[in-house]
Amino acid sequence: MEKTIVARTGNEAMAEAMRQINPDVCAAYPITPATEIMQIFSSFVNDGLVNTNLITVESEHSAMSACVGSAAAGARTMTATSSQGLIYMHEILFIAASLRLPIVMADVNRAISGPINIHCDHSDTMAERDSGWIQIFSENSQEAYDNMIQAIRIAERKDVSLPAMVTTDGFIISHGMERLETYPDAEVKKFIGEYNPPYNVLNLEKPITVGSIVLTDYYLEHKKAQHEAMKNAKKAILDIGKEFGKVFGKEYGFFEEYKTSDADYVLVCLGSTAGTTKAAIEELRQEGIKCGLIKIRMFRPFPAEELAAALKKCKGIVVLDRSEAMNTQAGPVATEIKAALYDAGIAKPMHNYIYGLGGREIYIEDIKNVFRNISKDTKGSNEVKYLGLKEA
Amino acid sequence: MKNMVEIRWHGRGGQGAKTAALLLGEAAVNAGKYVQAFPEYGPERMGAPVAAYDRIADEEITIHSPVIAPNVVAVLDETLMDAIDVTKGLPANGTLIVNTPFDKAEVEKRFSWKGKVVVIDASKIAQATIGKPIPNTPMIGALLGATNLMPLQAFLDDTKKKLEKKFKTKPEVIEGNLKAISQAYEEVKK
Repeated sequence: MEKTIVARTGNEAMAEAMRQINPDVCAAYPITPATEIMQIFSSFVNDGLVNTNLITVESEHSAMSACVGSAAAGARTMTATSSQGLIYMHEILFIAASLRLPIVMADVNRAISGPINIHCDHSDTMAERDSGWIQIFSENSQEAYDNMIQAIRIAERKDVSLPAMVTTDGFIISHGMERLETYPDAEVKKFIGEYNPPYNVLNLEKPITVGSIVLTDYYLEHKKAQHEAMKNAKKAILDIGKEFGKVFGKEYGFFEEYKTSDADYVLVCLGSTAGTTKAAIEELRQEGIKCGLIKIRMFRPFPAEELAAALKKCKGIVVLDRSEAMNTQAGPVATEIKAALYDAGIAKPMHNYIYGLGGREIYIEDIKNVFRNISKDTKGSNEVKYLGLKEA
Repeated sequence: MKNMVEIRWHGRGGQGAKTAALLLGEAAVNAGKYVQAFPEYGPERMGAPVAAYDRIADEEITIHSPVIAPNVVAVLDETLMDAIDVTKGLPANGTLIVNTPFDKAEVEKRFSWKGKVVVIDASKIAQATIGKPIPNTPMIGALLGATNLMPLQAFLDDTKKKLEKKFKTKPEVIEGNLKAISQAYEEVKK
């Protein structure tokens, strides 16, 4: 397959994926740093490069509501947002998931107010982790592009039929230009295939009610069905990640392991920091510290068993959380990993750091220091620490 | 990252520091390199100090943190040098490129930088060739002349393609920019 090498920002890469996906409907409202995605996409609509019906609305709550309506009518539906926009959708996100509507959304990770801040952290996505959406994180523009294409297939697979969000790190990836390999339109079209919606509210031959009330009689069963669909999503993500690899040359799984096979200490993180960690690992290995990285790609559903197995051999674990859970115990990622290890009967020293909130920079040296810390103190500590905090 | 070059652009809002970083980055990708090009996001106002960055390498660049020790610093507006420390993080073997009407000795005297200095009157070149004193494209020409980062012709070809899209109806802008880049390159090479 002939790939085209271009220079693109994360936002441009996601808009390009959307052009190739050519959804039936997009409903969106602008918000920094995701605005460009829809700005670029709207020019594709204007130039006739896509057949999408673009609905400009007055808020993100309305954007997601319009997405629900269009997806319920059987249209392949996409949107993009960030931060306050995502959490303004909160109410409708749960409805989209429970109606089993495979909407695909680009979410550019940004801090949540207050204080008001436009820069990257994962607070927005983590705030929606229990909404029933599949959540896929990207390290760079290439992964953002690849993940958008795969997300369509994952979300739309019959035994899944759930909405999915693909995230990039705000500004760091969304506004950073990188080398990107794009695939021919025809190949992407072939890969994602035709969409056969699970139901269609406009089908007069088979009238249905969408969004009806379910009380004590079947609400519980409804949630169990969503739970099962999430389990199926795990399988779908692996299958489609493999197939993607066969067609486009790069295989994707639940997480990426980097130099973990002989690693004494493994750091777990999400998004762009994984790349910086790779560079830190290269340098630390020169110093004789055997360290590795696990970059979680799929946060929902959470690959608990697989992560526990991957962390079994190491002497100590570092978890970097780019959001707060405010439980005073651990960040959202560390909480999940602790639960995964408990279920697998594994007790490991773990250092958990909250870092990068509101876009606070994270440098190679910061990451080297957390590895050095755990190599000296493998006892671990239940106390969650802040990385890169200014001294008072 | 082996052989990675990091560049920091200093300018004032409106001078095209971000555009310079993106133009160079895109041209480098088209010349087969791996790049990152990104501006520093803060309050964006016409005339306020701004910075933008390039990372250019022969293999994938995984680092996603700000550039703190650039190999090259390009200053689009010499008056910035009184306001901010443009050589911050620049190692002794680094290169400082300044858009200024003054000569090298004068720049060296005024600022405590002991490393390599390249001076170029990019605003004057831009005024003469493009008709506007926007120094970003000739500054890229000077940077290519000072660093051998990529062949001049490859950059000219790429920029021409890009400008042809943007200035379809203004061929004189395209010609002016290409001339400005070449002229600055030659002046530095001299």
